[in-house]
Amino acid sequence: MFLDWLGALPGASAQGMIWGIMAIGVYLTYRILDLADLTVDGSICTGGAVCAVLVTSGVDVWVAMLAAFAAGLLCGLITGVLHTFMGIPPILAGILTQLMLWSINLKIMGKANIALPIRKYELLLAQIKTLQSILVLLAFVAVVVAILYWFFGTELGTSLRATGNNQSMSRAQGINTDFTKILGLVLSNGIVAFSGALLAQYQGFADINMGRGAIVIGLAAVIIGEAVVSRISSNFAVRLCGVILGGVIYYFVYQTVIFLGLDADLLKMLSAIVVAVFLAVPYWKKRFFAKPHRTKGGENHA
Amino acid sequence: MLEIKNLTKTFNPGTVNEKVALRDLNLTLRDGDFVTVIGGNGAGKSTLLNAIAGVWKPDCGSVIIDGVDITSMPEYKRAKFLGRVFQDPMLGTAADMQIDENLALAKRRGKRRGLAWGIRAAERAEYRQLLSTLDLGLETRLTSKVGLLSGGQRQAVTLLMASLNQPKLLLLDEHTAALDPKTAAKVLEITDRIVNESQLTTLMITHNMKDAIAHGNRLIMMHEGRIIIDVEGEEKKKLTVEQLLDLFSRASGKEFANDRAMLS
Repeated sequence: MFLDWLGALPGASAQGMIWGIMAIGVYLTYRILDLADLTVDGSICTGGAVCAVLVTSGVDVWVAMLAAFAAGLLCGLITGVLHTFMGIPPILAGILTQLMLWSINLKIMGKANIALPIRKYELLLAQIKTLQSILVLLAFVAVVVAILYWFFGTELGTSLRATGNNQSMSRAQGINTDFTKILGLVLSNGIVAFSGALLAQYQGFADINMGRGAIVIGLAAVIIGEAVVSRISSNFAVRLCGVILGGVIYYFVYQTVIFLGLDADLLKMLSAIVVAVFLAVPYWKKRFFAKPHRTKGGENHA
Repeated sequence: MLEIKNLTKTFNPGTVNEKVALRDLNLTLRDGDFVTVIGGNGAGKSTLLNAIAGVWKPDCGSVIIDGVDITSMPEYKRAKFLGRVFQDPMLGTAADMQIDENLALAKRRGKRRGLAWGIRAAERAEYRQLLSTLDLGLETRLTSKVGLLSGGQRQAVTLLMASLNQPKLLLLDEHTAALDPKTAAKVLEITDRIVNESQLTTLMITHNMKDAIAHGNRLIMMHEGRIIIDVEGEEKKKLTVEQLLDLFSRASGKEFANDRAMLS
């Protein structure tokens, strides 16, 4: 029993890293832009669908993953336009895109499910090749973290962070906040769709339901990751690695509760409850445990 | 420099909450004018500044800066002409970003933001020097998050940000109103110094009549969306609060009413 559990950990790590990459996409919108974007439930499936369709029709897997990434960028663009140009609140904009993507994903795949077995196709990763998958994923994680670390240090990246922090200040400093919000949503969904392409290869199929509840897993990974690394360092790259770690921890816990004999049907409910509680903690802290605030003045506080 | 012609703005038109905030307002500022703006509740002071900053479009009229008509230019585009400090100290800075990052954001106001590094080493030295002129000890805290600073410190940093790159017009919207009196005095002193050093054309709303008289070279008083008093030079210097209140009641036929006004 214990050995079975131990044997499942490498697989859980691989799956955790895939969802960790997805969670980095969620981190970009939820933490940096301060928008809760529900597009991801659809765009992760779009990524998987595009990758599966292309690979099964003989396209090189690298090209297929690039196409999946590009498709994700478009998904983000839809939500961005709905939100900025059409003035729809971000949550609703994401839900609308998500619903559109349900149809689009079915049209892309032509059916609800496409098998993508590694014995038939040249894939980068697969469940039965756990070690190879982990190494490939580590490389992708390194690349994604490095690119984002660089990007958010640039003028453009800084203006994205400013937008998430304070929109009126950003506009007063000449930042086109509509543009930065669209850019953030585009980038986020590109990453999410890319993780969908990885997931389809790893699990050996793309499925119309593969994105259901993705936002909750993403949020869980972000929250767990922050809880783990926030005391170690506030460095941006460390935070991103924390999100990946959050995904891995999530899947370790997932495997563990399955081994403990929990009904797998209840897992989504459990995830949602855990995320709800974690989201409530900062609010409860403020409401019930805040120390009375005293306004300070005087020489040192001009 | 700044020309405002026939500016009119009505909020919630056609509803019970209809409010005419600006009525056919005209104002011309010369280069280097430092104008203080006072007025009662709902006189249209902030509305005037927001119209210049482009928070929304006016119903009619035009705003012209240095010959460029900016009336329908979006807020973020006209930002290159303007430096702004808000009443709420939280509004002017990005709390989760470092002091130097905030200054670097302001330094790039009106410029294209590309993939160059967001802040260069040479800039840090410049910012350290600028911060030291504030005399608040911030020059040693370049990498502190702005959210850790007090309200007064944040307003001082926002002032620095607003004055970077020599804006054509500095807009101060009661930027000391949320501070305690001692801190407010310090921030006003910094304001005076920055405006004088860089010869910035400035519009400063204040609720303190004494401050309005003591600072700047020109004073305007607003009432019901219009400018009813406009004094400058020697005449302004010699004004007293009593005379100002008297001028107000003669021009408007009413007693001066502002919940926050400080008359003494």
